[in-house]
Amino acid sequence: MPMLSKVSLALSAAAFALSLGSAQAQDKIRIGTEGAYPPFNALTADGQLVGFDIDIARALCEEMKAECEFVTQDWDGIIPALQASRFDAIIASMSITDERKQQVDFTDPYYTNSLVFVAPKDSDLMPDNAGDKAIGVQEGTIAAIFAEENYPNADVKAYPSQLEAWADLQNGRVDSVLADFGVQYDWLETDGKECCEFKGDVVSSDDKIAIAIRKGDTALAEKFNTALAAIRANGKYAEVNAKYFPFDIFGE
Amino acid sequence: MSTASRLDVIKPPEPSRAWTKQRIVGYFLVSLWGLAALGLIIFLVRAWNPELFSRYAPSYFSGLIITIQLVGLSLLLGALLSLPIAYARDATSKWAAWPSYMYVYFFRGTPLLAQTFLIYYGVGSFKSPLEALGLWWFFRDAWYCALLAFTLNTAAYQAEILRGAVKSVPSGQWEGADSLGLPRLLTFRKIVLPQALIVALRPYGNEIILMIKGSAIVAIITVYDLMGETRRAYSRTFDFQTYLWAAIIYLAIVETLRNLIEWIERRITRHLKR
Amino acid sequence: MTCPIDGIAIEMDRFLSLLSFSPDGWGDEIASGLLVTVSLALATLPFGLAAGFFIALAKQSSEPSLRLAANIYTTIFRGLPELLTLFLVFYGAQLGVQQLASFLGIETAIEINAFVAGMVALGAVFSSYASEVFLSAFRAIPHGQYEGGWAVGLSSFQTMRLIIFPQLVRLALPGLSNLWLILLKDTALVSVIGLSDIIRQVGIAARVTREAFLFFGIACLLYLALAMLSSVVFGYIERWARRTEDVK
Repeated sequence: MPMLSKVSLALSAAAFALSLGSAQAQDKIRIGTEGAYPPFNALTADGQLVGFDIDIARALCEEMKAECEFVTQDWDGIIPALQASRFDAIIASMSITDERKQQVDFTDPYYTNSLVFVAPKDSDLMPDNAGDKAIGVQEGTIAAIFAEENYPNADVKAYPSQLEAWADLQNGRVDSVLADFGVQYDWLETDGKECCEFKGDVVSSDDKIAIAIRKGDTALAEKFNTALAAIRANGKYAEVNAKYFPFDIFGE
Repeated sequence: MSTASRLDVIKPPEPSRAWTKQRIVGYFLVSLWGLAALGLIIFLVRAWNPELFSRYAPSYFSGLIITIQLVGLSLLLGALLSLPIAYARDATSKWAAWPSYMYVYFFRGTPLLAQTFLIYYGVGSFKSPLEALGLWWFFRDAWYCALLAFTLNTAAYQAEILRGAVKSVPSGQWEGADSLGLPRLLTFRKIVLPQALIVALRPYGNEIILMIKGSAIVAIITVYDLMGETRRAYSRTFDFQTYLWAAIIYLAIVETLRNLIEWIERRITRHLKR
Repeated sequence: MTCPIDGIAIEMDRFLSLLSFSPDGWGDEIASGLLVTVSLALATLPFGLAAGFFIALAKQSSEPSLRLAANIYTTIFRGLPELLTLFLVFYGAQLGVQQLASFLGIETAIEINAFVAGMVALGAVFSSYASEVFLSAFRAIPHGQYEGGWAVGLSSFQTMRLIIFPQLVRLALPGLSNLWLILLKDTALVSVIGLSDIIRQVGIAARVTREAFLFFGIACLLYLALAMLSSVVFGYIERWARRTEDVK
């Protein structure tokens, strides 16, 4: 105990000093993202972040004339990491919810989302009978909450990331995957093309996706909102949108 | 002088303990722990939220049941599996000794997390061959995968415990039984095993505790054990007390078990006390 | 129809290209994960050893309050699941430090990164087990050794350094080498708090390439290789520690 407390004290002092150093060079905005949510944010084999969120973030940074740095963080720890100042903003397709609003502030939404089921092509699964079987979701997402609230009898399996949920859909461990329309669409266009298809209409819509920032960091929120309006106006947003989706993702 | 009067002699008072450096440090550290405990209690009282409690207490309880089932069953199955492995480890045949040596080396040399992933995601990716073998129902379920991984893992550790304990029984015990004409199996069961179990009790107890702690990783492969429920509660509420409650529950279980094992050890070694 | 040997050769080629160090291969990512795993374990070791040694000293002290403080420490860190300890340090320490800073009125970002959190958590677990190893080693050294030291006029510190410590190392070495192997395996848990160690890197590779068995198998083999390497190194250290016994 004596040694360890000294050590941890010394370490936190070191970390403290380090972050003081970085605080002085504070023009840099550190952006937290997940890197496991294609096509919004994903990692390539050589460790590069790609995706809609990333391109939007880059466009925003360019507009704000700020230097940006990306930090990847697992979904279940992404809000605590923001609160702990590991980064300054979360651009990771995060929906605005009341629970999250108690912990963080949100900017204006940068796209609109809806939930939809995906299942193997030969399955007769539909949104109204999905609750009889195993539903795969990502833990801590609105899909997970929606599935639990609306399908109380379903065997809801929650995965640390979206990719694992799809992998187990293909493996047949779950009978359907409930997730955001955008990610499901992209997956059906690529890896899931052979096996699966949309089942039924979207089950919930009008989730607003926004950038999360630390509570009270209104200056940064203002900067993001101004930049977002600017890239909406100058066509940069439409360009990024077209790169990933043939439809308008922003919503009204 | 009678014995009674000798007992009446008043002892000199204990010398008052001086404030040595050690004592100052000790009191300081104990008060630090006290402060930490106080801080924890204040935090939990201030964060107390009946709504949260009524919503998540039942799920913590069901998570605890899952943890106990998973650990209990895998320890039991692992104990069965450890018997042939421990036996083969010391077999004279190379063909029996080597595979069991490799088995033990592999499962003790790699992280339980990696083994669990290897079974859940790795073996689970061979769906059609498994279906052909009629085994898919087993590998489809995360709970069974975790059970398999834990069983294989603990069997390796238990085999080593068993082997060490049997070896600790002096060979004279075997020879004595031999000279009385007892069959080997009977010798093992009636003479060697009871003595080996005394030696093995503490390592077995440690293994149970290690499995309870190690089982927390199943939360990562969609099994809602105590840790899984904790993570779910945290991902909904972002309230740190969810983790603190889990810590308190785990500590209580492990401490109870540890004391129970010590009590059993004291009881079964009563005849060895002089 | 292709001959099965060809099929195997093609499979092998595919595996090798998956594991290559080129931008499409995962060899470089896995190598960097290996580096993180090894450096985390190596960085934890000295702190864990030092803390474990002092805790063992406290445990065999004649002062009850010191023993109590040390026992509380080991009870907590040997009782909590390592994964939970990691979360408590990673999220909890961060929140605690943050609140302390705002209480003291310091306006700054204080961060405890995943590596440091891993080091503190694994070090706490390691030291509480190590203290038990040191304690039983202490108990194996007869009291006459201390008295002998004092009799020739050495101070307590000198007795400890010159007489007790060398014997202690020799007695504790087998137990410590065991703990090192456990530490090496426990580092796998840091993948859960986002540190790019072996497990995390192969996990990403497995998800992207859908070759989960191959990549998690590779991870297991890497841990086995580390364990083997460790036993070779420990063999050397043990021989070195016993060098005086061999000269007879």
